[in-house]
Amino acid sequence: MRRWGKAVLIALFADIHANRQAFEACLDHARVQGAQRYVFLGDYVGYGADPDWVLTTVMDMVGKGALAVLGNHDNAINVPGETMNSEAQVAIEWTRGQLGPEQRRFLADLPLTLQDESRLYVHAEASKPKSWIYVKSTVEASTSLSATPAHITFCGHIHTPALYSLSITAKMTAFTPVSGAAVPMLPGRRWLAVLGSVGQPRDGNPAAAYALLDTDKKEIIYCRVPYDVDEAAARIRKAGLPPWLADRLHTGK
Amino acid sequence: MAKPLHEPGVMVDGFRLEQLVHRGGMALLWRVTRPDLAAPVLMKVPRIGEGADPAAIVSFEMEQMIMPKLSGIHVPKFVAAGDFSVQPYLAMEEIEGTTLLPRLSQLPLPYTEVAEIGVKLATALDDLHRQHVVHLDIKPSNIMFRPSGEAVLLDFGLSHHDQLPDLMQEEFRLPFGTAPYMSPEQLRGIRNDPRSDLFALGVLLYFFSTGVRPFGEGERLSTMRKRLWRDPVPPRALRPDYPPWLQEIVLHCLEIEPAWRYPAATQLSFDLSHPDQVKLTGRAGKLKKDPFTTVLRRRFNTDLTQGRARPGSAAPPSSAPIVAVAIDLSQGSAALTEALRITAERILATVPSARLACLNVLKQGRISLDSALDEQGHNKKIDRLVGLRHWAEPLKLDEDRLTVHVLEAVDPASALLEFVQNNRVDHILIGARHDSLMRSLLGSVSAKIAAEAPCTVTVVRPPRAPA
Repeated sequence: MRRWGKAVLIALFADIHANRQAFEACLDHARVQGAQRYVFLGDYVGYGADPDWVLTTVMDMVGKGALAVLGNHDNAINVPGETMNSEAQVAIEWTRGQLGPEQRRFLADLPLTLQDESRLYVHAEASKPKSWIYVKSTVEASTSLSATPAHITFCGHIHTPALYSLSITAKMTAFTPVSGAAVPMLPGRRWLAVLGSVGQPRDGNPAAAYALLDTDKKEIIYCRVPYDVDEAAARIRKAGLPPWLADRLHTGK
Repeated sequence: MAKPLHEPGVMVDGFRLEQLVHRGGMALLWRVTRPDLAAPVLMKVPRIGEGADPAAIVSFEMEQMIMPKLSGIHVPKFVAAGDFSVQPYLAMEEIEGTTLLPRLSQLPLPYTEVAEIGVKLATALDDLHRQHVVHLDIKPSNIMFRPSGEAVLLDFGLSHHDQLPDLMQEEFRLPFGTAPYMSPEQLRGIRNDPRSDLFALGVLLYFFSTGVRPFGEGERLSTMRKRLWRDPVPPRALRPDYPPWLQEIVLHCLEIEPAWRYPAATQLSFDLSHPDQVKLTGRAGKLKKDPFTTVLRRRFNTDLTQGRARPGSAAPPSSAPIVAVAIDLSQGSAALTEALRITAERILATVPSARLACLNVLKQGRISLDSALDEQGHNKKIDRLVGLRHWAEPLKLDEDRLTVHVLEAVDPASALLEFVQNNRVDHILIGARHDSLMRSLLGSVSAKIAAEAPCTVTVVRPPRAPA
């Protein structure tokens, strides 16, 4: 039996957070690279000033076959009780007013996880996807990999890219991916790919982050894409959202 | 799990096993054929039967990740790889000939031959380091030579790739490598420093020129750890005729702290190719090991002896470039030579590990046999060398960062290009002359260099004359 399906280039996006400029730049980049399929790993809204545009785009792409799972910010739109930090809370309340019933229904219907051949898509740590646990180290990565038989798990949530792998001798490796360098995902190991954030990077690099999976070469490429940070930040300020949400885009922290 | 392969004639993923070429501890090597390939290739099959060493599996995975990323003449060309889920293998180009291992019975080799081998290996290492890989297992059995002479490095099972997860780092607490060649920092678990390969090359040069391994053969960790503070017996104590320049180079490679070694393989290869230009320091004349007090200081210096990796990546080879500057010493080009010096000064100030090679071409007549002496009876070449040193003097460079070369040639541009090529120069500075009759007659040297040099070229012009 073949582990891998037909040769295809999949573009994966996590934590877009209503940043239209960053999302557009990543989509353009992915199209130029020849992406054929799209996967969204949650947190389409919150923090940024364009939840309407971002959600409309995602919904349109899902209508054409893209896959999408639920993030904690998306969940908070319809479940007001979710605990969040104060800035996130302000942003969610503002976002709620920006979305129509159709968009809210789309978010309410998103699954927590999706299985696609030997790949698992989830927003946070996979053993308890609804607890929104950050994958910060090999400890959480190990818990996540033990909870699924998938060959590769993709998640986001922490806004810092990382690549974990589990050897057949049950040892975990952690790796900080280098932008643009393809990493072979050896079939003899199991992998957890933590994506950086499209709309609010926190690893000190302000460029938008997404990833490409080449299922033919069995390689993952973490990509960083420059975008119009000034415009995204200006729109956050104009919307009256907490200024820190605009400032942090410039430093990527 | 796949079964070990024994039988010639068995088909694996489209390859036909023809002949078992080598049976190693970690893997078997088969010569295999495939209808679409013109020549047989080698198939490396790991030994992963029951009771197999997990290191064999992980190191094979590492090699499967690294080999497809490598290219160039200094590595075997990658052909195909097989999954662990079916039959793990790596198919690659078969290099003709044998490794350096059989030469061990002929040691010590003549000094010039050791230097030649060293140049080839340093060139191959530079090529590998520029592809983001530290080999970490440089030793005679992992080295072959193409019929055309270039060194080929084999076996990337212990290697580190800057842009890939390091599977070996996480898997094993004990350092992996070959005891006599392992650098002090490898013993401490540091796997990302290209200068570890220069240490191993230093061990090989020492061994090949003296017949003695500088740190013995001991494989016990306690024996191996001695190299963290104990320097080897200077080669000259073993062979009284040992050239000081070679001892300088070998002991420079064997420095305990990576920062005290050559910063990049190109600089090592440069010194091995220009023995007369090697700056001799205290290393060159040593006849005894370092005094006990020095050794004690190192022994209890925790910076040197502490275990486990420092975070962050070591400096890439591009941070220690060789910069060349072509200088015209003739009268009337003072403004241009000054402009060249200012440009060189700026580059050297920003890259403290760079070294500068000052070049001048002594033109030879196409037909006539030129005299080595000028009208006044001075030796032209020596005059030029003195002139180059004089040009470089205001830069106040340490002697080990500066070399001067007079190239004798009919065609200056070709001579400069050849120097750049042979010495793997990273950046050449060359002046462009205005309104030169010679230039209009003979074509511009700087234009030819800019068009054809395999490195960065800066064409320098004298400052604009006031309007």
